[in-house]
Amino acid sequence: MYIYDEYDNSILRQRVAQFRDQTERFLAGDLPPEQFLPLRLQNGLYVQRLAPMLRINVPYGMLNSAQIRKLAHIARHYDKGYVHVSTRQNIQYNWPDLTEVPDILSELADVGMHGTQSSGNCIRNTTSDQFAGVAEDEIIDPRPYCEIIRQWSSFHPEFAFLPRKFKIAVTGSEKDRAAVQVHDIGLQLILKDSGEIGFKVYVGGGLGRTPVIGSVIREFLPEEDLLSYLEAILRVYNLSGRRDNKYKARIKILVRAVTPEVFAQKVEAEWEHMKDGYSKLTRAEIERAKGFFTAPAYEAIDNAAAQAGVDAQAADSVAFSKWLQRNVRGHRVAGYAAVTLSLKPTGIAPGDITDGQLEIIADLADEFSFGEARTTHEQNIVLADVKKSDLFALWQKCKTAGFATPNIGTITDIICCPGGDFCSLANAKSIPIAEAIQRQFEDLDYVYDLGDIDLNISGCMNACGHHHVGHIGILGVDKSGKEFYQVQLGGSASNDASLGDVLGPSFGADAMPSVIQKLVDVYVANRTDEELFIDTYRRIGAAPFKEKVYAKN
Amino acid sequence: MLKTNGQKLIKDGVIVDNTWALIAKPEGDAAEVAVPAGQVIVPLSVWAAQKAQLQARADVGVWLDSDEVAESIGEDANHFPVIGVNFPGFMDGRAFSTARLLRERYGFKGELRAVGGFIRDQLCYLRRCGVNAFAFANPETDLEIAVKSLNDFNEYYQASVDQPLPLFRRRA
Repeated sequence: MYIYDEYDNSILRQRVAQFRDQTERFLAGDLPPEQFLPLRLQNGLYVQRLAPMLRINVPYGMLNSAQIRKLAHIARHYDKGYVHVSTRQNIQYNWPDLTEVPDILSELADVGMHGTQSSGNCIRNTTSDQFAGVAEDEIIDPRPYCEIIRQWSSFHPEFAFLPRKFKIAVTGSEKDRAAVQVHDIGLQLILKDSGEIGFKVYVGGGLGRTPVIGSVIREFLPEEDLLSYLEAILRVYNLSGRRDNKYKARIKILVRAVTPEVFAQKVEAEWEHMKDGYSKLTRAEIERAKGFFTAPAYEAIDNAAAQAGVDAQAADSVAFSKWLQRNVRGHRVAGYAAVTLSLKPTGIAPGDITDGQLEIIADLADEFSFGEARTTHEQNIVLADVKKSDLFALWQKCKTAGFATPNIGTITDIICCPGGDFCSLANAKSIPIAEAIQRQFEDLDYVYDLGDIDLNISGCMNACGHHHVGHIGILGVDKSGKEFYQVQLGGSASNDASLGDVLGPSFGADAMPSVIQKLVDVYVANRTDEELFIDTYRRIGAAPFKEKVYAKN
Repeated sequence: MLKTNGQKLIKDGVIVDNTWALIAKPEGDAAEVAVPAGQVIVPLSVWAAQKAQLQARADVGVWLDSDEVAESIGEDANHFPVIGVNFPGFMDGRAFSTARLLRERYGFKGELRAVGGFIRDQLCYLRRCGVNAFAFANPETDLEIAVKSLNDFNEYYQASVDQPLPLFRRRA
């Protein structure tokens, strides 16, 4: 993975010093709260319902074991002993003390981490595919490009006071696991037959209160033009995006208002001026970035023999075989597998991990996966390079540590924002709803029979829980001070991206497990052999689901 | 009415006397605004309406509000000894782009002055975008202290006015 050099370290140290000074001025009363607000946000610091919340970037989800140990240390010494993996692959602390945040950031800088631009009206952390570099369906590894974007977007002087936040995602595989079509900019890597590499460029996607699927504004952008083209998009947005209403300030509103065609023309016109400037990527820079993401020292392994060993272990252990089925996936290198550690055991807030668990993850990464781990936007952890012959040993350690819940991709692998328990924006709690649904679906064989179902919960229309793109989406709403939940069906964040349709009137919290059960019952009653929930919904439409859920009996 | 911080501003990293008067946007007809003698920075609308008379003067600058684009001055930029870019509030970041465009696209060489409600913590980024003079609206801004923020960073990843070569072209 990328390793900070003296330049990266020097820039980050200057940032820490800048924010320490700003914090001291705020505490001394020399920096007014309304001025400190965007400055602290651009260092990851929110003021939440109960305490500040500090969001630390995990660039495109990549962490090394030293960084994970540092995160654990901070959770233990500055917080309440746990962290939360966010739906944008970042790490959040829920209880830091404002006066200690500069110290936390200084400690994080020791391992090349920070909260820079993890919030605020600026370019946020670039996200990507958690299986980048190892996925069997990968065409081009997106991580070198993510790193190039990280450097370009960090401390960008022109784009620190945009109309609104700005999120970029990059995917390099056939299956889009980075949800690029619901980002402000989505980049899909393309390899032409000629060997030329470039990007299909989507703009104006996003969730929040106005969910939109992004529009393609360029079918093929040569890789060397990446930064100048991004700069052109951002400049058009910075100058033309609405600033009169924060709810209409995202780029999606601008793109829709002028039409994607006209927006594309504006970008191309701007880009004409800059495309051959110094920001054009050099071959050397692209190769340098790629040099940080080369294959680790894989062993030459006889895949058939390794697989036979795993199969024999699975035959002896139903629990292990279930874990293999749901939490382990193929790898492009023979004899290896990618493993997802589930952060979704019933009864734990989705995505929460304790300091001790973080240290175990660091140890597991060192022992089994070349010292690296990844966060996922589904709020789990991936060890991407595990030898098949180590899977059984890893599984046993995961069981002990609480990571072996074999539910990845199932209805209980719920994406869930912190909700009303923590977040000051939320209209309703989301964590207790997730838990109640997990309890409703405790029979693993039944859950497996249901297959892949994306169930996403947001506690408000800001949609941090990505409810619009859940096969089943749940949105917390407030009705005269009481918490209700609206259900949406048919969303998807994948290649066939779609936004869910609202099923009908909302439900009270108590009703939610049975509502979800009824929806699943309709699916089971109507599915054909090969259909997943989303397929059945798309075929039969909302009517049968409505009928069942709103039946008067 | 635009306010300025007394008679002082930061220019090229030092605190100097402000010798330019700034004319606010007219509520009525821009052609009717009386432009006084001496160094004066006029709103874009006044410049546009009175260009015929004003362009002979070497002591007239122009200022752009945040919704007025660099292109509206365009190739005429170097006619002006000073161009102002206004911040109606510090969260309105359009001036960052406008400043870069004036410098990089239209080759403006004169004084590029931030005016209005920007804050000290934006100085380094503004400098990077080509702004070299800072006339704070807030009269309480301590310029002696604020000037330090110009150099919050001395190394950068991306190209901008102060450093046209991105780090990847300079990295050893």
